[in-house]
Amino acid sequence: MISHNNEMRKNDSICTNESQIDHKWYHNLKYTFVGILFGIIFVKAEIISWFRIQEMFRLESFFMYGVIGSAVMIGAISVFLIKKFDIKTIYGEKIIFHPKTFNKGQIIGGLMFGIGWAMTGACPGPLFAQIGTGATVIIITLFSAILGTWVYGLLRDKLPH
Amino acid sequence: MFTSPLPWYIAGPLIGLMVPILLIIGNKSFGISSSLRHICASCFPANISFFKYDWKKEIWNLFFVAGIILGGFIAAMYMSNPNPIEISESMQKTFAQYGITDFSGLVPNQIFNWNELLTFKGLSMMILGGFLVGFGTRYAGGCTSGHSIMGLSTLQWPSLIATICFMIGGFISAWFIVPFILN
Repeated sequence: MISHNNEMRKNDSICTNESQIDHKWYHNLKYTFVGILFGIIFVKAEIISWFRIQEMFRLESFFMYGVIGSAVMIGAISVFLIKKFDIKTIYGEKIIFHPKTFNKGQIIGGLMFGIGWAMTGACPGPLFAQIGTGATVIIITLFSAILGTWVYGLLRDKLPH
Repeated sequence: MFTSPLPWYIAGPLIGLMVPILLIIGNKSFGISSSLRHICASCFPANISFFKYDWKKEIWNLFFVAGIILGGFIAAMYMSNPNPIEISESMQKTFAQYGITDFSGLVPNQIFNWNELLTFKGLSMMILGGFLVGFGTRYAGGCTSGHSIMGLSTLQWPSLIATICFMIGGFISAWFIVPFILN
C-alpha cells in the first residue's frame, strides 16, 4: 500500500499532504477556516462569476489577469522567503515542495480543462463557492466534474501520458 | 465597502497568500481539484488503482473545500453586492446575443437553472462543461490553483505548460464553443 501510494504520488501530482505528523481530526478545521476566507474572497472579488471568466477569455478585461498575476507574484515571493529562511510549519516540520513532472496530460488535459472552464465559468474551487452562494444547480456540474475525474481514473492506463 | 466588490490588487495577493498559509499551518500544497479525486477515492473507488490510496491522509483537502462552500454562503448571505456586476458595453452586447440580459447572479440565471438542465444548452454548459473540468484537471494533474498558482509560485515549468494550455482551451471555448452552444 505504501509503495503504491508513493508511485501514485510520483506520476500524478495530488495536492499532497507532506506532513508526517498524525493529528486528531479536528486539526483539519483550520483548513476549513482558511477555506471560508478563500470562499469569501472568491465571491467578493467576483472571481467565481461566469461573466468575469468570459471577459477574461474574450480579452475584454484585465481583471482576472491582474488577480492571477498578482496571486502568483505573492505566492512566488512567499515560497522564496520560506526557502531562503528555511521557515518551518507551526509544528516545527520542514516545509516540503513537491516537484511536478511533465507529461502529455498537462497539454491534452489542460486544453480539456480550459474548454470546460470557459463553459462553466468555474474551475474546481469556484464550483464549490458557487454552490455555497445558492446556485444549487451547480451541484449537478460538480457531480459531473466528479464523474469526469472518475472516468479519467478508469481510463488512465489507456490515455497517452 | 463591506458589500462592494474587491479590486484585483487586493483579491490577487490574498489568494497568493493561500500558498504560504497552507504550507505553514501544515505542510500542505495548495490545490483544489484533488478534492474531486479524494471524493472518488472515498465514495466510489470501484477497485480502480488510481483511487486506491490512503485518502484519509488527504482529508484536509475536503475540509478545505467544505470551507469554500461555507465561505461562498457567508459572502452571499451577509456581504453580497446589491448592484448587478459591472460589465462593459461590448460584453453586454455579446451576452445579449447569447440571450443573457440578466446580470444579477454570479452565474447567468437564464442558463444555469434547473429548468434548463436537460436542454441542449444546459446539458452542454453544465454537464459536459463540468465533465471536462473534472476529467481535464485530473489528466493535467492540477487546476488553476494547483498548477497556475502553486505550480507557478514554485517555478515549475510543467505547470507553466499546463497554464498555457488552460488559457488556449479557454480562448477556443469562449470564442467558438460557448457562442456555438448559446446562439
